[in-house]
Amino acid sequence: MNTSFLLRRLGYGLLLMLGVVVLNFLLIRLAPGDPALVIAGEMGGATQEMLDSIREEYGLNKPVAVQLLLYIGNVLQGDLGESFFFNQPVSSLIAQRVLPTILLVITAQVLSIVIGVVLGVLAARKPNGVMSAFVSVFATIGYAVPVFWTGIMLVILFASIFPIFPVEGMQSVKLRDASGLVKALDILHHLVLPAFTLAVIYLAQYARLSRASMLEVLGSDYIRTARAKGASPRSVLFKHALRNAALPILTVAGLQFGNLISGALLVETVFNWPGMGRLAFESILRRDYPTIMGVLFFASGMVVVANILTDMSYRLADPRLRGKG
Amino acid sequence: MRDQDTNFQAESPALEAWRMFRRNIPALIGVAMLSLIILATLYGSFFYGGDPFDIVWAPQEPPGMTPEFPLGTDYLGRDLVAGLLTGGGPTLAVGAAAAAITMGIGISMGALAGYYGGWVDNLLMRVTEFFQVLPALLFAMVLVTLFSPSLFTIAMAIGLVSWPQTARLTRAEFLKIKQLEYVTAARAIGARNKRIIWKVILPNALPPLIVSATLTVGVAILFEAGLSFLGLGDPNVMSWGLMIGSNREYILDAWWPVTFPGLAIFFTVFSVSLIGDGLNDAFNPKLRER
Repeated sequence: MNTSFLLRRLGYGLLLMLGVVVLNFLLIRLAPGDPALVIAGEMGGATQEMLDSIREEYGLNKPVAVQLLLYIGNVLQGDLGESFFFNQPVSSLIAQRVLPTILLVITAQVLSIVIGVVLGVLAARKPNGVMSAFVSVFATIGYAVPVFWTGIMLVILFASIFPIFPVEGMQSVKLRDASGLVKALDILHHLVLPAFTLAVIYLAQYARLSRASMLEVLGSDYIRTARAKGASPRSVLFKHALRNAALPILTVAGLQFGNLISGALLVETVFNWPGMGRLAFESILRRDYPTIMGVLFFASGMVVVANILTDMSYRLADPRLRGKG
Repeated sequence: MRDQDTNFQAESPALEAWRMFRRNIPALIGVAMLSLIILATLYGSFFYGGDPFDIVWAPQEPPGMTPEFPLGTDYLGRDLVAGLLTGGGPTLAVGAAAAAITMGIGISMGALAGYYGGWVDNLLMRVTEFFQVLPALLFAMVLVTLFSPSLFTIAMAIGLVSWPQTARLTRAEFLKIKQLEYVTAARAIGARNKRIIWKVILPNALPPLIVSATLTVGVAILFEAGLSFLGLGDPNVMSWGLMIGSNREYILDAWWPVTFPGLAIFFTVFSVSLIGDGLNDAFNPKLRER
């Protein structure tokens, strides 16, 4: 891994984040009405004092360029504004919600890639077999089901018919003060349905993608060579073929991350999962703009980080790219 | 001999694709299903009257219990059939409009970037990457909340967050096609850039773009449903997403008010995706074995 590449990638990431900050600023300015009122939230409860303090903090009486610089300066200091509804700084609100979202998104990502790739590889062994047909049908269905509806159907199923998984929240009330392991198991138990709901759509896509990618690789000369030298079918499939077929899967996994966060927003709302998506939903209902903007900023940051990680793992996975700027 | 030659030329790629498509049974099922859904949403309420917001019966009447309300009623006692028939309109309209906006922005950006290359390409691709960093649904939620939730705003918001993929696809096609001989030939006879982009390259880049447009309609429908489910749709217009969202609190008492609209969304997007797959096969016969 070369450092100058990493530094350049990080610098570019920061530039993108700066773009998000500018966009946030523009959105508040472009929204109809007095920006101070917009920031205070359209609850009608904003007092004159509150509006004055907002005008002061954001410099709303100064020229637009100065306002923008002030806004960027605030964000650089970790100040994303104050939520007037929750009566807390936005940054601490998000800090409370970020871990559940990361847990949900990463679990769903891992689940969908692992199961999807296994299904795809099995399907690629027999391009016209039952498994292949199943993967194609499943992928088309997976694409068409609204993720929030899958969640609701699972809630109905598991709340009334098979009550084996909790359908709401992240922890049981009675286990909130439990010790480490019990608590972790409790969270995992609550994680099953939301993570599965989120994983299903992407799982179908990964299955279809890895099937196509494997079929392409399995037709290549080096696979024939590997078979000719007597490598076992399992070794050919998983060692020779999958390693080469993995690159497009990795690319898509990186690109999917933003969509995964969008999906998490809906899934968190369905399962009352206490993450950033749920926070975004609550703050949008209350027109709590600083919080919404903060969530948009933070979620975009997560996508940027995921993209950098994808680029790096791409270089690790493909030796041809190593050492290149 | 001459006759045969002209006959051979008459087989245009579009005609060939149509012949492939016509023999693709899943795609035809998709067309039939989608036509049925569109007809039902356009003319259904003409035969089956009733305002979907009217409270007409006891709340949460299960389906099949009352002949007048075959699919039952929701938590307020509103007729589900009336809701399903009128609720498809906004969903389909927003889906189509958003897909058109997506294709419009995406094709323009991708065409300019791919054709001109150099700094234009660099700049436009940076803009594209920037939009890919924003989590689409979240950004659309922000736009809709800031600028009042009308069908137009929703279609605009979905279009604004969905175009980057189309732009990338268009750019890749343009990069490939602009090196071909007929483009050089067009330039040699003095065609201007504008003409080469829109009249020479774009028509030849269309097949993958048509497939992508079809799939974009599906994604846009899911998007609209998600926004309405969250309560960010136009509150004065009944839509499938809104039906699911407004009955969400009562799912453990009544499964039907959320199940039927969900199935309606599913079958709509499913038929769109069957058509998309069929078009893809028709345009790329070589890929069919995959």
